[in-house]
Amino acid sequence: MIASMDLSSINPVVLAAALMVAATPILLAAIGELVVEKAGVLNLGVEGMMITGAVTGFAFAVATGNPYLGMLAAVAGGAGLALIFALLTQYLMANQVATGLALTLFGLGFSALLGQGYSGVSPPRTPRMDFGPLADIPVLGPILFRHDPLVYVSLIIVAAVWWFLRYSRAGRILRAVGENHDAAHALGYRVRLVRVAAIAFGGACAGLGGAYLSLIRVPQWTEGMTAGAGWIALALVVFAAWRPWRALLGAYLFGGIVTLQLTLQAAGWRIPVEYLAMAPYLVTIVVLVIMSSGRARRTLSAPGSLGRPFHAAG
Amino acid sequence: MLRLERRPQPSRTWVWAAPVLAVVLTMLAGGVLFAALGKDPVAAIRLIFWDPLFSQQFAAFSRPQLLVKAAPLILIAIGLAIGFRANIWNIGAEGQYIIGALCAAAVALAFFPAGPVDARFLGLEFTMDSAPSRWWLFPLMIAAGAAGGFVWAMIPAILKTRFNTNEILVSLLLVYVAEKLLAAAALGWLRNPEGAGFPGSRNLSRFPEAANLELIPNTGMHWGVVAAIIAVIFGYILLHRHMLGFQVQLAGQAPRAARFAGVAPARLVIFCLGLSGLMAGMAGMFEVTGPARMITIDFNAGYGFVAIIVAFLGRLHPVGIVLAGFLMALTYIGGELAQFTLGLPSAAIQVFQGMLLFFLLALDMLSNYRIRLTAREVTP
Amino acid sequence: MSMPLLAIEGLTKTYPGVIANQDVSFAIGEGEIHALLGENGAGKSTLVKAIYGLIRPDAGRMLWRGAPYAPAAPHEARATGVAMVFQHFSLFDAMDVAENVALGMDSPPPIRQLAANIAQVSTDYGLPLDPHRLVGDLSAGERQRVEIIRCLLQNPQLLIMDEPTSVLTPQEVEILFQTLRKLRGEGRSILYISHKLDEIRALCETATILRRGKLVASCDPRQSSARDLAEMMVGTALQPPERAGRAEGAVLLQVEGLNLRAPSAFGTSLKDVSFAVQAGEILGIGGVAGNGQDELLAALSGEMRARNGAITLEGRPLGRAGPNTRRALGLLCAPEERLGHAAAPDMSLTENALMTGAQREGLVRGGFIDWTRARGFAEQVIRRFDVRTPGPDVTARALSGGNLQKFVIGREIMQRPRVLVVNQPTWGVDAAAAAAIRQALMDLAQNGAAVVVISQDLDELLAVADRFCALNAGRLSAPRAVAGLSMEQVGLMLGGAGDMEVAADNAAETLAQARSGVVHAEA
Repeated sequence: MIASMDLSSINPVVLAAALMVAATPILLAAIGELVVEKAGVLNLGVEGMMITGAVTGFAFAVATGNPYLGMLAAVAGGAGLALIFALLTQYLMANQVATGLALTLFGLGFSALLGQGYSGVSPPRTPRMDFGPLADIPVLGPILFRHDPLVYVSLIIVAAVWWFLRYSRAGRILRAVGENHDAAHALGYRVRLVRVAAIAFGGACAGLGGAYLSLIRVPQWTEGMTAGAGWIALALVVFAAWRPWRALLGAYLFGGIVTLQLTLQAAGWRIPVEYLAMAPYLVTIVVLVIMSSGRARRTLSAPGSLGRPFHAAG
Repeated sequence: MLRLERRPQPSRTWVWAAPVLAVVLTMLAGGVLFAALGKDPVAAIRLIFWDPLFSQQFAAFSRPQLLVKAAPLILIAIGLAIGFRANIWNIGAEGQYIIGALCAAAVALAFFPAGPVDARFLGLEFTMDSAPSRWWLFPLMIAAGAAGGFVWAMIPAILKTRFNTNEILVSLLLVYVAEKLLAAAALGWLRNPEGAGFPGSRNLSRFPEAANLELIPNTGMHWGVVAAIIAVIFGYILLHRHMLGFQVQLAGQAPRAARFAGVAPARLVIFCLGLSGLMAGMAGMFEVTGPARMITIDFNAGYGFVAIIVAFLGRLHPVGIVLAGFLMALTYIGGELAQFTLGLPSAAIQVFQGMLLFFLLALDMLSNYRIRLTAREVTP
Repeated sequence: MSMPLLAIEGLTKTYPGVIANQDVSFAIGEGEIHALLGENGAGKSTLVKAIYGLIRPDAGRMLWRGAPYAPAAPHEARATGVAMVFQHFSLFDAMDVAENVALGMDSPPPIRQLAANIAQVSTDYGLPLDPHRLVGDLSAGERQRVEIIRCLLQNPQLLIMDEPTSVLTPQEVEILFQTLRKLRGEGRSILYISHKLDEIRALCETATILRRGKLVASCDPRQSSARDLAEMMVGTALQPPERAGRAEGAVLLQVEGLNLRAPSAFGTSLKDVSFAVQAGEILGIGGVAGNGQDELLAALSGEMRARNGAITLEGRPLGRAGPNTRRALGLLCAPEERLGHAAAPDMSLTENALMTGAQREGLVRGGFIDWTRARGFAEQVIRRFDVRTPGPDVTARALSGGNLQKFVIGREIMQRPRVLVVNQPTWGVDAAAAAAIRQALMDLAQNGAAVVVISQDLDELLAVADRFCALNAGRLSAPRAVAGLSMEQVGLMLGGAGDMEVAADNAAETLAQARSGVVHAEA
């Protein structure tokens, strides 16, 4: 970590680079949940899917010695858990809030069970991208071009989601399903199928975000290591007003706060560590308040059928 | 092809049969899980559900534990259930529980007899020579615990009513804040000055006026159990006899109809979050002064989250919650037994509890829908 | 006779406990506007869904130009050449017109090109529409245009329209009819579903009449009287509501300069709404859906608060009072949406009776509910208003629309209101129940209460109301006596031109006065 002794020695370049790393897990989880919510589903189980991804990714990476195989396993793990949510809410008509909570409670227990025997183990290292001379550009080089591949993958996912929602026909259908599922159904679209696909995508992204924590950011497995990152990702979707690029902005702002907080801890600020560690949660709450109080704007951007159950009658 | 057909009325049979079936299915799935972990499934299930109550070896210790574990779960779940019925989702009971415990402990420690008195508490000859009996201290601590939980729950409540902020996210995020506060207290301002630098507060059970002791020896009966019983009766009357309870349910089922009927949504949010926070805070107070004895870094044992399962499993109904609370208490106690005797990991019980909620949510469908076999029909 | 475009032979569809269509046969010719006539619940929707591929019939067959036609999904129907404009539009508020149109097409062109196509078609058929506007900001008539253009872009041979005029002003109806006649002129066929007899007689050359799922008659509506058609549709001779003449009463409810901001982005703000209702009077408020009806009801019921002096009940300002204060003083309301607003769907009738009757019926004492009395009150409502249900323990959701509406209106009337405000009292209700509800409202006024009926059904308003005014874009026109009001005047009022006409009248009057002045001067 950053080992500076006083505030004056905090290096803004190092800080900016660390910010991208700190932001990536919640960015991945948030962009997935954004798609889920755009399809009209509220999956509160992001935390559970993230931690499941963190442990499956870790276990597979250790077993195979390949971090990328671990990430694939995390994607499968997150998506698998999400499919339980999809089955319960889309086919068995279970309450989305309750099912999301169940997913989180189950995921925390399940990951703790799977993760036994992995604490203290080091995962295989994920190499950084090699951008050649780009990495040597002063200031920009260390900030932008010396990261692991997943940082760039997350940016590509954001761009892809943006393009998908805005320009593709499938994205239009997904938005229609989230906006008014009865109308979409009447037009002959398969509401449940679209939603199941979105939920699975959300789970895959959350799983990948979890794996980023356990394989790259920390990198280690500890029980409950997501520590609310999934919930912060949920708040980020509100902050982003369901727009992909704003999710990116929000994630990086948030990453900045986390990084700064850690830097201050390391710099030996006279505030006890526990209070500094509250900062990310408190900041998230403050941001939620600011974003929610703009009433008219919010009603315009929240998907119309968000969280409402769909049952095709007759 | 299977089709779900909505029932005109929820089936009364399935409303109560679903949780029973969910428990049975969870036992089966849990058995598979235990077998996969290399444990004898039958022995594990027996150890969890049977032995704590009926085995010669364990029952004497386990039975009183049942009340000890069930009381906080029931107390918290009653408060949550009232909110859930109104579609107000306080999922931060864990945080309110922590803050309640902290407030109560802080009050107790503020009145802790000065000087090196610890040793004297051990002796029977101890008399408080100078100070009169401070009978008011324990009620004051209950009030402090309740107030702590209430205030912590008021944060999401006020943010929701004033700024339309999602109470699910705020109440949950505040759990993490509360955990950090707990750590700060255990390491800092509530740390036992005679604890040789170890984290954690003084032991409150050494302080009779502030301790939540067993009321009847070897039963597990303590003041928290009394509070839980009162909460159950209160919850029942509120939900089934009182206009406020009717408004709670109306707001949950048909918010527009509730506004039409004159229910003020903001007041309901304050009421439901406040009540559940208050109950969770009290649960924390009884725990820290009783079974837990002191504030420690990891004093909270997830009761606030498991109470959510209890509330759903009990159908958000006070009587159901009592039954569900005992069942969940049993899985805790049985889980510990299985941990000691079979080496079953404690996380397996968490998985078990999570599965129970899944099965319950899945089977819930049966009370509102009928499954029909139909010829394939075009329903895109 | 040439081969019909679509022939339906012996079509039958049953749902558990209901026969929606039984052995229905008829044919739609090429270039024909064919009316499908029937009450709510007569089986029109089921039949149309079968044609559009949304459901599959249990028996019978369909022939498209002589070839078997059995669409398994809407896209197959569309591929054949069938398009449908739904009664409840399948539109997405937060998306623009072009996107909405694209969603209704099986293989839409790129959005930019589609927008050009939309502009083209909309001018060709006299349906002006900007492809880039957000659908949530459109009026009901414009929203319907989106649906129609969506269909026309598929170049259909058969266009199905389900109750298309229920949301239109008379002037907009005329524009629609011109478009439909133009389509017929191009050789396309239209299946026109309605229960409005005048429209059908003006537009259609063939009518198929359904009653309780069975075909009653096929006829030429131009050759039949509206009365004959109505009796074929309903099955019995209908009694128009009756009431005796009425005396002038004291003003009970006065609304003065009521302004209210829309609660949601796509809602309507109320602007300077003023009216007064006397004891014994029924005031009818007409208007196309979405012009502020829900907001007006919310302002009167107390769900939304206004300036305190904006609403007075018997001289007492109530604008800021909550729903229960207003109830206690005798201002009662029945909203339009039965399930979820006027009643809680999953609660029993007893609980629903308690919902608004708690105070005036004394069902609650010291905060504790007297369930016996609540049940008694529900039973009274059920008995007096002939609500068909096994008993008060049944959930509201289990009742038919007509029965629940009788319960909801009856619940308020039984509480002896001083003023009763109802929104769409007979929407989606069968004719017998509608007649009973109208009669009950008139009886209530007869007994000295003031009644405000908000409705989109002009026939209903003109039948029950003493005075009529129209809501348009949140503004209320000045009320006029119903006696002697022509349909054209009503149409102008609905279109927001009522006040202009009044102004024109005034101008004419001043002119006349001026002239007479001149005459005087000359004399």
